Parts: sequence; C-alpha cells; structure tokens
Amino acid sequence: MFGVRSATVRFGHTLALDDVTVEVPGGSVVAVVGGDGAGKSTLLRALAGEVPLDGGTIEAPPKQRLGYLPASAGSWAALTVKQNIDFVAGIYGLAGEELTARRAELLDRASLTPAAGRLAARLSGGMRRKLGFIMAIVHRPALLILDEPSTGVDPVSRIDLWRLVSEAAASGAAVLMSTTYLDEAERAAQLVVLDSGRILVQGSYDQVRAGFAGVITRTGDPVRAEWAWRRGRVRHEYWPGAGPPPGTTVVAPDLEDIVIALSLVRRNEGSS
Amino acid sequence: MTAVQLRAKHVTRRFGAFTAVDDVSMQVQPGEVVGLLGANGAGKTTLIRMLLGLIAVTSGSVELLGGPPDRERRRRLGYVPQGLGLYGDLTVRENLSFSARAYGAAEPVLPPALTAHADVLARELPLGVQRQMAFLAALAHSPEVLVLDEPTSGVDVLASAALWDTIRTQAEHGAGVLVTTHYMQEAQQCDRLLLMSNGQLVAQGSEADIVGSTTAVAVHTSDWAQAFAALNAAGAPVMLEGRAIRVANASPAELQEVLNAAGIEATMQPVPATIEERMLVLARAANAS
Repeated sequence: MFGVRSATVRFGHTLALDDVTVEVPGGSVVAVVGGDGAGKSTLLRALAGEVPLDGGTIEAPPKQRLGYLPASAGSWAALTVKQNIDFVAGIYGLAGEELTARRAELLDRASLTPAAGRLAARLSGGMRRKLGFIMAIVHRPALLILDEPSTGVDPVSRIDLWRLVSEAAASGAAVLMSTTYLDEAERAAQLVVLDSGRILVQGSYDQVRAGFAGVITRTGDPVRAEWAWRRGRVRHEYWPGAGPPPGTTVVAPDLEDIVIALSLVRRNEGSS
Repeated sequence: MTAVQLRAKHVTRRFGAFTAVDDVSMQVQPGEVVGLLGANGAGKTTLIRMLLGLIAVTSGSVELLGGPPDRERRRRLGYVPQGLGLYGDLTVRENLSFSARAYGAAEPVLPPALTAHADVLARELPLGVQRQMAFLAALAHSPEVLVLDEPTSGVDVLASAALWDTIRTQAEHGAGVLVTTHYMQEAQQCDRLLLMSNGQLVAQGSEADIVGSTTAVAVHTSDWAQAFAALNAAGAPVMLEGRAIRVANASPAELQEVLNAAGIEATMQPVPATIEERMLVLARAANAS
C-alpha cells in the first residue's frame, strides 16, 4: 500500500499540506480534487519525492518503479513524439525490440500512432497530455502519479485519458491523480477533497454521500445567504445541524453540493 | 421587449477548403444563459468570433444586439476569453481602471475579496482571483450581452459558485449569456445547451436533448480488471466508474458475448448516457467517416 501519513509541508509561512493521510492501493484510481492552491500538486509531489515533508511519512516505491506526470509540460517540445518516448524509455533501460513493442502498444492505446513523427510542440493540448501519460507509464510503474492530466483538455480527449488511467489501474498499478473536474472524482474508486491544505472529505463516492450529515434544500429565496449557492436558476441551501424549516424542498446532494457545503462549514464556522 | 441579443442565421465559414462552421443557426435571448459545447475543432471559437464581428462570415448573417457586430455594438458587450485578457504587469486596480476607461465606464468598486489584492500584480495572483478580476473588468460597463469562454475552469467550487452567482445576476437583469465550456458542471448551470461537432450544430435543448438517442450500459462484475481488459481489447468505448465499467452506445448482448468468450461473469444494466458519451460517439463517427 502506497501513500502518505500525517503529511505536513510548509512553504515559508504557508501551510501547504496540513496533516494529510491518503492511501493509494494497487489496482485502483485515487482522485484528488480541489481548486487552485488547495494543495493537490504539493500532495502529489510529496508522494513522488519531489518535495520534502516537514512532518509525517511517505510510502512509495523506488524511483525506477514510480511514474510521475507533472502539471506542466511533461514532454520536450523540440523532440518528436517517438523521440520523447524513446528518451524516457532509455533512462529506464528499455531498448531494442522490447522498446519497439512497448512504444507501438502505448501509441496505439493512446491513438497517437499517426502522430509518432510529429514534434511535441505541434500537438494539441489533449495529445500532449496523452504523450506525457505514455512517458510516465512506459516503464510499467507500480505507482503512477498524474498531476491534472485532463485540465483544459477537450471532453473527448478527457475520456481517452480516463480510459488510459483505467487501463493502468486494471493492470495493477496504484494511481494517484489530481483533477479540477468533479465528475472524474465521482468515477474514481476513491476521492480526496482538499481545501487549503487539509482534507475536507475522502472515501468512495458512495461513502462520501452516505457520510454526509445535514440536509440540502432547493429554494428561490434562501433563508441564510451565507449557507446558499447557485444551481442554475435556483439556489441550494445547506442545513448542517437541525433540519430545514417545514415546507422546503429537500434535494439529494451530488458531489458538487457536498463539496460546497463542507467548504462553507469551514468558511462559516472554522474562522470563528 | 428587447431584441434577440446574439443571432446566427445559416452561418458558414470556410478557411480555404476547410469548413470550420457549416450552416449554423442559433440565438441567445435576453435573460437566457446558453451553453455552447463541442470537442476541440468543433467550430465553437470560429462561431463566436463571427458573432462578435472579429472575422467575416463566408455566407449567412450574424446579429449582435439587433444589428451588425460593429464597434458601437461591441461596446455593449462583455467578453471574458479563456486567457482572461488581463495585463500581468499591471496591478488589480490598474487592470480594472484600464478596462473601465477603454469602455468609457466608471471605475468599478473593488469587492472585499479583491481589496486585499488591489496593489498586487495580476500575474502574481491565484487563478481564482484572476478570474474574479476578469469578470469585474468585463462587467464594469453594464454589458447587455456576455460571452464567456470556460468561465470557471480550474477554480475551486466555492469560487465557481460565486462566479455563477455573478453570471446569473447579470442574466436576471436582462443580459443574454453565451458560455462555451468543456466542463459538465458548467453545462448543468445553463438554461439551454447547443452542441457542435465538425462545424455543425448537431443538437440543442436540455441535457436530455443533447444526449439524444445515445445509450450506455453499466457492466457490474467481481473481476472488473479482467472485464475492462477484455472489453477494451474488443474496441468498445469503455470507461471505469468506481468498480463498474461503462460502455457508450453498446448493446448488452454484444458485451455479454465478449465477456462470455473471456470466461467472465457479469451483469448488464442500461444507464442514462452522459453529454460526454454523446460527444465521444460523435467523435468516433467523425473519425470513422
């Protein structure tokens, strides 16, 4: 079992990770969601050994059994798709027929075979992220760490990437990925919601829904504005403790509702 | 009653032999939030550039606020591009002051969330704050129509809810809003959706209208890894969902056959398809043709 236990990371006065424990079992996808500055990248980089911890422990395989796709680039713009793959494969000692077979297999799975000779600089955003994914997985790592593989990528490439991630998990890898898309978190075996360096909630989507306390109502005119948010033409309002007033319409919360409600608890009660 | 705020009538745009937008008709009414969906290269950006008068139509016609999209009418428009259009080397206050003057509007009052950053350079701020700033800049001149490119991409859910509150408030005051998005949570905030594929408008209406006749099957099995590998190898558009497998536009009988051949026991359950699955099916059809 890979993961971090009670991990704390400080950058100067900023607490980037605050006592975070996340387990990443083999054969499953763990998705980390949160906005800009929530601590997603710090968590991933800590597990990848790219950022030292100020507290806590890490359980990760040695470097040669670890694959890491950083949030930026992940490939060399002036090299072709094939050259990028071969370069990284070379670092792991993959060569000859073994490399040829592995490269062909990965290009085919990512639908990049027709682009093998193209410079990485000339790829679309979605193709470039798929290339980065191939480079992270070329040596069949036991732990795969993907920093926002799908941000800004069009929906069809996003589904492609999700299929590639699923394949990695199906073949036994432990996958930890960050995303800004809640639907990807819903699809993962386990999800972790980070907010300002702390875990708001984690578990499978079913566990998160089952463990959610309080009631969410749908209203045109919220009773307490600081506990309400927009959903289309109407608003949703969260009642953390006692039930809502009679006559209100209760809704079954989705992940977006749950994450907003828990964030509001931190904002409205955490600061006092 | 105000006129339709954005309208395209049988609009086509060619670049050489390539048809980027192909006979598209659409409109945005006052007070309406319309979501424009499509994969990369579907023609969304080209359509918007024509609606805003930034490039010419090859045939058909466009209207912005009841007339041709000229400089005068563009003054009454608020536009937030995906790149946000801010000046990284200017502070928050300087950015807002610059855009207010460009539109001949009064300088906007900074909301509490931005006051703390008033004298910070735009490029040094987190993305969520930059987005808030871009919205404020685009709204300072009380535009009658808003065009937003992926307005909440990359920001946390609370910041996203706050941005949607701003968008909705504008719509309640009569602004028509056109939102391009890749993001299904954003699509669900819209009143009406348009789906483009290969330059054409292929569906419009509610989420159900966009999904149309696309179907999906959820495959439940104790051995999901083996089942996933078998279906994937058979070329099915598979997707992992927790410990279940989703397959778009497949017949349960065909899937059962593949799994039987691999010696895997599974149950099949038809489930509603998603907008993304419709897009995937469209993309596969386009690649096959």
